[in-house]
Amino acid sequence: MTKSSGRFEIRLSGSGGQGLMLAGKLLAEAASVYGGKNTVQTQSYGPEARGGKSKTDIVISTEDIDYPKATSVDVLLAMTQVSADEYRHALKEDGLFVVDSYLVDNPGRDSAIGIPFTLLAIEQCGRALFANVVALGAIVELSKVVEWDSLEKTVLSRVPSGTEEANKKALAVGREAARRAMGKVS
Amino acid sequence: MSGNNERSIWVMQGNEACSVGAVAAGVNFFAGYPITPSSEIAEFMARHLPLIGGRFIQMEDEIASIAAIIGASLAGARSMTATSGPGFSLMQENLGLACLAEIPCVIVNVQRAGPSTGLPTQPAQGDVMQTRWGTHGDHAIIALAPATVLECIELTACCVSLSEQFRTPVVLLMDEVIGHMRESVEIPAPGSYRVHSRPLPRDGQEDYQPFCGAHGDVPPMASFGGPHRFHVTGLTHDERGFPTMVPEEVDKKIRWIVDKIELKADDLAMNEETMTDDCEVLLFSYGSSARVAKASVRTLRERGVKAGLLRVKTIWPFSGKRLRELAPQLRSIIVPEMNLGQLVTEVERAVAGVVPVRHFGRIDGHLFEPDQITDFVLEEIAS
Repeated sequence: MTKSSGRFEIRLSGSGGQGLMLAGKLLAEAASVYGGKNTVQTQSYGPEARGGKSKTDIVISTEDIDYPKATSVDVLLAMTQVSADEYRHALKEDGLFVVDSYLVDNPGRDSAIGIPFTLLAIEQCGRALFANVVALGAIVELSKVVEWDSLEKTVLSRVPSGTEEANKKALAVGREAARRAMGKVS
Repeated sequence: MSGNNERSIWVMQGNEACSVGAVAAGVNFFAGYPITPSSEIAEFMARHLPLIGGRFIQMEDEIASIAAIIGASLAGARSMTATSGPGFSLMQENLGLACLAEIPCVIVNVQRAGPSTGLPTQPAQGDVMQTRWGTHGDHAIIALAPATVLECIELTACCVSLSEQFRTPVVLLMDEVIGHMRESVEIPAPGSYRVHSRPLPRDGQEDYQPFCGAHGDVPPMASFGGPHRFHVTGLTHDERGFPTMVPEEVDKKIRWIVDKIELKADDLAMNEETMTDDCEVLLFSYGSSARVAKASVRTLRERGVKAGLLRVKTIWPFSGKRLRELAPQLRSIIVPEMNLGQLVTEVERAVAGVVPVRHFGRIDGHLFEPDQITDFVLEEIAS
C-alpha cells in the first residue's frame, strides 16, 4: 500500500456485466486471505442483470473497519464514461485514476491514466469478458495495493477450472499495459 | 466465499455467513423463494443442504415458503427461510400461525428499501416495526440484527437456538449492506455454538399436552409422525391443541405466548457498547447504521465531544434496561436509522422523557455517511 495511515479505499466502477463485482471480490480476498489485512467490500448496482450503473468499494485496513464504504477514494477505476463522470469527485486529490480508454473518451482529470482494457481483452485474450481481470492486473501494478503474488494466487484459485491460463495471461496483459502507461506519463 | 483453510481467514459475504451459521446450528430444512438482496442465502442452502442430508425446496412464493418451514419444523426439522420486504409482507399471516402454534422456525429478512417493490438492491431499515407487529393480534417476536459478517454467522445460530428454546419463530433482521457486504472473518471452529434443542415429551407420556407452559416452562414439542398425536390449529386453542372460546383459556394462551418472550427481554438483550463509560451524547443504533455511528463516535471524540454508541443486536423483545442505566449521565440520545423513525419510539418509551431523544433518518436508498451523523450530532449539541 502506498500510504501509512490505516485505511485505503478502492472503487471499481462501470456497468453491470463488466465483472467489477468479481474483480472487487478478488481484490478483497488477495488483501485479506494472503495479505493479512482487514477488508470490507460493498457493492451498488441497479435491478438490471446487465447494463446500468455498477460499482464496488473495497476498504483495506490494518485497523477495524467501521464505515464499510469509500468516502475518500485512493484508487478509482472507471470502465464507462458515466462512471468516470459520477465518481471522479470522490477521488482524493493525489488519488490514482485509471480509466478504460476504449470506453471513456473524457476522464475529466489530467492525471488520469487511460488503458484500453476492453480492447486489450478482445485482442490479446480473445474475449471482452477478460477486461475486468486485465484491469485488475493494471491497477495492482500501478497502486501496489496488494502483492502481485497474492493477486495471482487469488485469481487462479477462484476462476472456473480450465480458465486459469487465460486469466493468468489477462493479469499479465494488464500489468504490461500499466508499465507502458507509466513509461508514457513519466 | 473463499479463504485460507490453515488460518481459517475467509472473505465472506453476509448472506453466505448467515447460511454458514444456519448450517452450523443444525438447520436441515430450507424453503424459500429468491429475492434480492437475500437470494445468496437460498443459493447457498440449495447447494449445501443436499450434501449433508438436508432438504432445500424452492417454493412457488413466500406464503408457501413459510408454510413449508412451519410444516418441516412440526415434523422435527430445524427450518429456515430467507426473504426481503415484499416476501416478508406475504409471510405475515403464517408468522402469526407459528407464534400462536408455538412452532420454532427462523425467518431471515434482508431489508431493502420499500414500501412495495421499492429499491431491490438498496438498503433500508424500514421493517423494524413490521417485524414486531406485522402479523395481527397480540403476540411477541424475537428479532436479532447483525452488523458484521461474523455476527451473521453468530446471530443466525443464535436465532436457531432461541427458536428451539422458546418454541417460537425468530427473525434475523439484516439489511442490504450487511447481506451483500464481504468482510474478512476468522471462522469459528465447528461446534463453537451451543444451540438449544426444543423440549421433547417423554417416551410413552400418556398425558402429553403440547401447548401452554405449565409452571412457566416452554412445553415439550413432539414431532409429527412420532408416537405422540396432537392437534395444531391457528384457532386459539387449549393445552391439548383443540380450539377453545373459554375466556380463561383464551386469556391464558395469549398471555403465555407474549410473556414467555417479553418477560425475558432483559435476559435476551445483546448489546455492544463503544465509549459509553463517560459519554454524554449517546448514539443508539443497529445493523449497518451502527457501523457508521461507530465511525462517527470516533470522529466526535477527536473533536472533544463525549460521544458513545449503544448498538443493539437484540431488536425484539426490546430491553430498555441499559438505556435507563445510562440515562442519568446523558445530555441527549441520537438514534440514526434508515427509516423515518421506528426503533426510536422504543428508545423514547424506555427513557420516558428523562433524556431528550432525537431521530436521524435516511430513506433515499443509501447508507449514512459518517460525516452526516457527525454533523447532525454537532448541530444537536449546539442547539
